[in-house]
Amino acid sequence: MSTVEELQKKVRELETKLAAFQSNVAPGRKKIDVMSSEVVDSNPYSRLMALKRMGIVDNYEKIRELSVAVVGVGGVGSVTAEMLTRCGIGKLILFDYDKVELANMNRLFFQPHQAGLSKVDAAAATLQNINPDVTIDAYNYNITTVDNFQKFCDTIRAGSLTGGPVDLVLSCVDNFEARMAINTACNELNQNWFESGVSENAVSGHIQFIVPGETACFACAPPLVVASKIDEKTLKREGVCAASLPTTMGIVAGFLVQNTLKYLLSFGNVTHYLGYSALTDYFPTMSLKPNPQCDDIYCRQRQSEVNARPAPVEVATEVTEDDSPVHTDNQWGICLIDENVPEEEDTSNLNLVDGVQVAYSIPVDNGTPESSTGGAVAASELSLEELMKQMKSM
Amino acid sequence: MVDESTRKTLSSIPLLQTKAGPRDKELWVNRLKEEYQALIKYVQNNKAADNDWFRLESDKTGTRWFGKCWFVHNLLKYEFDLEFDIPITYPTTAPEIALPGLDGKTAKMYRGGKICLTDHFKPLWARNVPKFGIAHAIALGLGPWLAVEVPDLIEKGVISYQEKSEDTK
Ligand SMILES: [Zn+2]
Repeated sequence: MSTVEELQKKVRELETKLAAFQSNVAPGRKKIDVMSSEVVDSNPYSRLMALKRMGIVDNYEKIRELSVAVVGVGGVGSVTAEMLTRCGIGKLILFDYDKVELANMNRLFFQPHQAGLSKVDAAAATLQNINPDVTIDAYNYNITTVDNFQKFCDTIRAGSLTGGPVDLVLSCVDNFEARMAINTACNELNQNWFESGVSENAVSGHIQFIVPGETACFACAPPLVVASKIDEKTLKREGVCAASLPTTMGIVAGFLVQNTLKYLLSFGNVTHYLGYSALTDYFPTMSLKPNPQCDDIYCRQRQSEVNARPAPVEVATEVTEDDSPVHTDNQWGICLIDENVPEEEDTSNLNLVDGVQVAYSIPVDNGTPESSTGGAVAASELSLEELMKQMKSM
Repeated sequence: MVDESTRKTLSSIPLLQTKAGPRDKELWVNRLKEEYQALIKYVQNNKAADNDWFRLESDKTGTRWFGKCWFVHNLLKYEFDLEFDIPITYPTTAPEIALPGLDGKTAKMYRGGKICLTDHFKPLWARNVPKFGIAHAIALGLGPWLAVEVPDLIEKGVISYQEKSEDTK
């Protein structure tokens, strides 16, 4: 038997649940065909179209024709997708294979009642309600496996509103494998993309713009890290894999979408690499040239294509997809490392801005691995099937 | 750095030569053969040292791996299912080894029961591409993880000993 107090508590809980439910099924606004710059309370785009009136952006409505893929819909990706949705992006394509968990609630965007749903489905529902004008496709799979990677490439290649390649890929994943997979795909497809990341200690982050062949790809150098000024020896990892803060993730998502908008709508300068150190409020920026000896064969191929082009000016025209005049103050294509590095540089010798370093170094002579003396496997007489059988019978 | 016994174990596993991933068709078959040779040698080494602690097999394509690993604590043998996929970026990136049975039971895991590797793993792997293979990932990643985490999980009562082929509580 329940007491009156218990029943009252239950009623309150149910009322709260009902309210949450109703707020989610309540009808949103109707679709809008054309972005209007009319300043009325009912126009969701009036403040964005004001960017045009103020002369910041030439043609804001163009955003309705553009398609962006967001890979990873976690702490950074979900906020990124929401910002683009509110900006009225034409099409969003979301990739993730994770589910919403209560452990995600220290980050923005997802809500407790969504726990258990796939991140892409939960995100698509929320985003569609915020802005029904955006076309949203959601893919719930891991892009790093063989079959899924092919599907991923096909979607990037033909997923735009017009059936062509998407305008930009945004990497918001949380692991090296997925970043490398995106890098592989974008080098092969000659697809411009942004890499983004937040460190596992939650106090630094970065974004990096990758134009295959023109700027360093993700495989051109070991992963870059923003120095957190924490002595690595004092960094305790006992009992946990990773920490996260909504602040750092929100800031990185903000940098990412800001540069995405600048790139897509051709205003301001797009930063090639922007780091963020939370403990010191330090924001290093730099440009990185691709590594001629990059491990990725398609990166090297894109580099030779870029080198075969006539003038550096073309780099700038590539950014604006239409024939509108190039911003004269665009510092595009000017690399910080051009000035002071001799031609015959050691490729492992990256010219990094203060406060950014490689996570680890890879010796140039990779001939003798430091930790193995067991010799190499000898060519086997046995077939793969026979070896599989032998292993199974052990 | 990596402890001495792990270093010794690693050095006794043969190195691989073919730099090929699962999208590389014929070369991948060569790589797979090398993977199996290294794994067989590693299991033989373990048996010879009276420390036989894992079994692995793959599907035909060699992209999906599964098996078991064992850990002995206070004379009791604990067994865990083991699985991972070979990412298309392999061998540049290591496989992400998962113990799905322990998913959600320890903070030293990522989603799906993928084990959290030490800071030593990735640099060492990166420096040894393509010479390190699955056997090296098991020795360098899973071995040390089990040695640290399993005793802790037992102590916390998160996992308990299951008598083989007997119904237990
Ligand atoms: Zn590269």
